[in-house]
Amino acid sequence: MSAALVLLVAVLFGTGTYLVMNRSLTRIVLGVALLGNGVNVLIVAASSRSGDAPIVGRSGAPTDSVPQALVLTAIVIGFAIVSFLVALAWRNWTIDGNDSVEDDVEDRRVAREQAALDAGRSDVAHHEDVER
Amino acid sequence: MNVWLALPLAAPLVGAALAITVRRLQVQRVISFVSLAVSLVAAVVVVARVAIDDTVLVTRLAGWPAEVAITLVADRLSALLLVVAVLVLCVVLAFAIGQRATDERSVFYHPTYLVLAAGIAQAFLAGDLFNLFVAFELMLMSSYVLLTLEGTDAQIRAGTTYVVLNVIESIVLLTAVGLIFAATGTVSMAELPARLAELPDAVRTGLNLLLLVAFGIKAAVFPLFFWLPDAYPTAPSSVTAVFAGLLTKVGVYAMLRTQTLLFPGEFDTLLIVIAGLTMIIGVLGAISHAEMKRILSFHIVSQIGYMVMGIGIGGEAALAATVFFLMNQIPVKSSLFLVQGIVERETGTSAFDKVGGLARRSGPLAVLFLVPALSLAGLPPFSGFIAKFALVRAGLDAEQYVIIAVALFGSLLTLVSMTKIWIGVFWGEVHPEPPAGRVGILRHHRTMTAATTAMVVGTVAIAVAAGPIYHYVTRAGAQLVDPSIYIEAVLGS
Repeated sequence: MSAALVLLVAVLFGTGTYLVMNRSLTRIVLGVALLGNGVNVLIVAASSRSGDAPIVGRSGAPTDSVPQALVLTAIVIGFAIVSFLVALAWRNWTIDGNDSVEDDVEDRRVAREQAALDAGRSDVAHHEDVER
Repeated sequence: MNVWLALPLAAPLVGAALAITVRRLQVQRVISFVSLAVSLVAAVVVVARVAIDDTVLVTRLAGWPAEVAITLVADRLSALLLVVAVLVLCVVLAFAIGQRATDERSVFYHPTYLVLAAGIAQAFLAGDLFNLFVAFELMLMSSYVLLTLEGTDAQIRAGTTYVVLNVIESIVLLTAVGLIFAATGTVSMAELPARLAELPDAVRTGLNLLLLVAFGIKAAVFPLFFWLPDAYPTAPSSVTAVFAGLLTKVGVYAMLRTQTLLFPGEFDTLLIVIAGLTMIIGVLGAISHAEMKRILSFHIVSQIGYMVMGIGIGGEAALAATVFFLMNQIPVKSSLFLVQGIVERETGTSAFDKVGGLARRSGPLAVLFLVPALSLAGLPPFSGFIAKFALVRAGLDAEQYVIIAVALFGSLLTLVSMTKIWIGVFWGEVHPEPPAGRVGILRHHRTMTAATTAMVVGTVAIAVAAGPIYHYVTRAGAQLVDPSIYIEAVLGS
């Protein structure tokens, strides 16, 4: 595992996490792509002993090939996820004209009703007070 | 190579490939049923061999040597869940065809459904962590597609939250797998226990936490559950029934597997605290809503708490009870969503202010709801009672009094919210008015009724056959408590 790759992983994870926390779906897609590649680099980097380059190592002898097989699968899956997210963002844009991730409508409704109910109750109490 | 172990996931995958080339709906339906039937037969053979020979079945795909092969393992826990899952998938498919919703007419519905089935089967059989990740991806990708297949406004809105959250879950899981590989040099679940034990405590705890967060999002435990009650209600009922019955349970299975095999007893207290919060917050969410599908979705969360509680309590009795609870929840939860599907198909909605008095229109439909609802709340003589009784007894034996009190209180609240559905949908004045001359409900939806009845009868059958099943899960609990059985079976094969 080389220091340069560890640093690269850190940068990819950092920027990816920042982008994923946005409300805009396009940025989330970019964040997911960065995070996914961060993990892939992490797994490739993990295939060699500390200080060595991945895949060939220092002596030129190939390192453990299992992580490379794992990463191949992970890359394909990552590609599928990103393309699905792009499609979703596009569909969201054709419906709404924006691509932001929205809140749970039903939850908002329940919260509003409860707030209205509470307001109603305090009104009633107030009314009774006045009558007394 | 043991073909029976590969078939439950190979058959649906081949079926999916075939179905996407043939675009005719009728042919696709036949392909779906045939491949799920093959899958079911194989699953039954697996469970029979695991139970009768009392062995752990292991196979390496294509006969590759152990270090590079994809290993499939079926112990008692996996085999039981596999057979229940495939059965539920078959029944729900029949329901979906009877529902005549727009999504089932899409050429992509059947292939995607089959891939979902393959993913679920693979998740239960996976013998290494990376394979488990791939299984989760198969399952999740197809669930994304099924959830947003109609592409309506509501589906896209809720689907976005669902997809983003689950993609993040996948990334966390993959990171955990990568770091575990970096730390130990293997991802095989049989080799990991010994190698993880050699690691420093802090590293092991970190790895375990990463896995726990990933599976926690998937299983929808507190505080990672909020995506579920938002996303599930927007899907058509047949899809929600599969998601509710199976997807979260796969997360619980993964948690159960890793917490017993890889990190035994490491986070017991944490799990119990999470379990208590999940139970209560889930059921409170259910009570606050006024729409059948939303209430049921919040119940999924609440019930997950009971399973996590069982894992947290640990020990043979509690784990056996957890396995029984998990197995019982799958058909109970699915059948409730199927009933909701019939209500929605008949009246167009299941919001309490728009529907009422269905018990007057159709007594049998009310019975179909009541049996799984009371089972969910844990009332005798239904199967849910046995599951909860076993959990509570194991908890009392382990002297975990606080969490047991919380669990019983949660059950009471479950009953309250089920009553809320009962009052809202089945009691009161009949509305909306049925079209003139339309008598009853079930006779107009024969396929859906048959599927739902089959599922409800299944839950009753679990209660009737509780003795033998409990005997089986007790042995499953014993296998979970003693990881050496699993490890020796895999390494020795």
